[in-house]
Amino acid sequence: MTTAFTDIATAQGLELTHGEVEQIGGGLWRQALRRLAHSPAAIVGTILITCFVLVAIFAPWIAPYAPGDNTWLSEVRPGEYPPPSAEHWLGIDPQGRDVFSRLIYGTRQSLLIGVVSVVLGGLVGVGLGLLAGAFSGWVDTTVMRFVDILLSVPSLLLAIAIAAVLGPSLTSVMIAIAVTSVPIFARLLRGQMLGQRASDYVLAAKASGLRRRTIVFGHVLPNSMTPVLVQGTLYLSIAIIDAAGLAFLGLSSPDPSTPEWGRMLTDAQDALATAPLLAIAPGIAIVLAALGFTLLGEQMREALDPKYHR
Amino acid sequence: MALLEIRDLKVVFTRRDKAPVHAVDGLNLDVDRGQTVGLVGESGCGKSVTSLAILGLLPTRGVEVSGTITFDGEDLLTMSDTRRREVRGRDIAMIFQDPMTSLNPVLRVGVQLTETLRRHRGMSTGEARVEAQRLLEQVGIPAARQRLGEFPHQLSGGMRQRVLIAIALACSPKMLIADEPTTALDVTVQAQILDLLRTHVADSATALVMITHDMGVVAGICDEVSVMYAGRRIEAARCYPLFEDPRHWYTKGLLASAPTLERPRADRLSPIPGSAQDRIPWAQGCAFAPRCPAVTADCLAGPPPMVSVDDTHQHRCVNPAQPHSGPAPADKELMSP
Repeated sequence: MTTAFTDIATAQGLELTHGEVEQIGGGLWRQALRRLAHSPAAIVGTILITCFVLVAIFAPWIAPYAPGDNTWLSEVRPGEYPPPSAEHWLGIDPQGRDVFSRLIYGTRQSLLIGVVSVVLGGLVGVGLGLLAGAFSGWVDTTVMRFVDILLSVPSLLLAIAIAAVLGPSLTSVMIAIAVTSVPIFARLLRGQMLGQRASDYVLAAKASGLRRRTIVFGHVLPNSMTPVLVQGTLYLSIAIIDAAGLAFLGLSSPDPSTPEWGRMLTDAQDALATAPLLAIAPGIAIVLAALGFTLLGEQMREALDPKYHR
Repeated sequence: MALLEIRDLKVVFTRRDKAPVHAVDGLNLDVDRGQTVGLVGESGCGKSVTSLAILGLLPTRGVEVSGTITFDGEDLLTMSDTRRREVRGRDIAMIFQDPMTSLNPVLRVGVQLTETLRRHRGMSTGEARVEAQRLLEQVGIPAARQRLGEFPHQLSGGMRQRVLIAIALACSPKMLIADEPTTALDVTVQAQILDLLRTHVADSATALVMITHDMGVVAGICDEVSVMYAGRRIEAARCYPLFEDPRHWYTKGLLASAPTLERPRADRLSPIPGSAQDRIPWAQGCAFAPRCPAVTADCLAGPPPMVSVDDTHQHRCVNPAQPHSGPAPADKELMSP
């Protein structure tokens, strides 16, 4: 549409000013943003993510009690836990701690694990994908075989093995999840780059004598990164779920003052029959956080897909 | 000595479990400084492969290139990759067929223009920007300063092709290769782009190799024309004699198949029967023989030599069409439909 309009305008000697053209066209990202702003799913996703981020930042002000505070241990009887009340909105867990406060503080751990592991895994994955995509031949083959080996092991199993070897801590959970995400990013980027390398503008760039690194970093990579960014957003939800899974298996930090949603599920396990809310609350938190990133990621994928353009 | 001398160029694509494809099969071609040479032929005759071979842009795997391509005294086929990258864009520049896909969609026009300037002319970012603006103005883009900051999708097809031409002209190359630069554009824009190329070539003594299958483009811009068939040159002449007096039956067929204003509307166009696939190897005879209306037994008796009509007109036909002769005898049996 834009092109036709500009053509007519030019043919009639009507030169569009920069601002006008900008208004009609706009960059790829700006157009995507505009499309996202009109998508209810993307708005819901963004609101969810924003809420969780705000909660994580302002946890000490929102939470009524400290996460490790077990002052109410005396109120807990085996098999019988105080139900929600005005003081304790989500009740008290078997260790005598306020569930609501732990849930609030748990947001920090979950988001931290999600973001750090995706960034870490994304960096390594993009590095490997870049190597494989920029050089064909033996470099490509070696990198991709390595990635295939990583991919051949079920990701949660691999994460469990890594976390178990490194010992239970927040860092080992992040590393474990990062490692399992590496092959996904590497394969995605390599595939994108191979596609772009065959394109006309790369041939044109070669024909104008540009250096290989200029072509790889200046032309091929910027055109290949969009799906990787979308995948990163989507993988955040998987990372949060995986982190909860690892924590549930007792592989996260054992420190009671840094609660984690997955660990809260473990703690609630024994009380499942009598106080299901102890498990439902962190469960819902995990689902909502994962949902937020999935909604936004899916909508971003659509908004940035050239097939949906014009 | 000509600026570009191609001697016995052969490009063979090898295929697994299949016969190799001889895309270019013994091509000889000379291009002088300041000369515009048309390279004409139908799809699959080796025009584009020739241009890629000149620039060394053919894939390395599965492709065998032999012969020599001498440019300005240096053999392009044997020079080092580093040296070839210096020559590309600086001494030989190329304009591609599709302006819609030949610009990087995520980079601003200014970036794509200046990177060539910085690479080959060692300019700083600021100098390159000033020069880029001048180049855009030179190729007739209004409001050039603003255009530098825009993305390719904000420009029309004609403007994008102008940008590509600006990039090609950035380093004042000695030779330009234009691979069907007007095919993707509508007719009025085609004329503007051809005008632009013609003016530039006339002003700067740049050699221009115009690859096309559009005889109208050839007539409009070329000094000399080489007609290619099955990877080999089958007729070469100055532009006017070729149109007036084609000797090779393929050239004749090519000209006859184009619509002209003189022809009544109800007339059907007369295409060349068969397709470029129906060919025999040059070693066995004329590759065009299976489709030729005037084929004789001599045509299949080994590779036809290049025959000179005069200093500037050569052809490779054993049984050439006579000057101003009519269409081929109609009763002649064709070897393939």
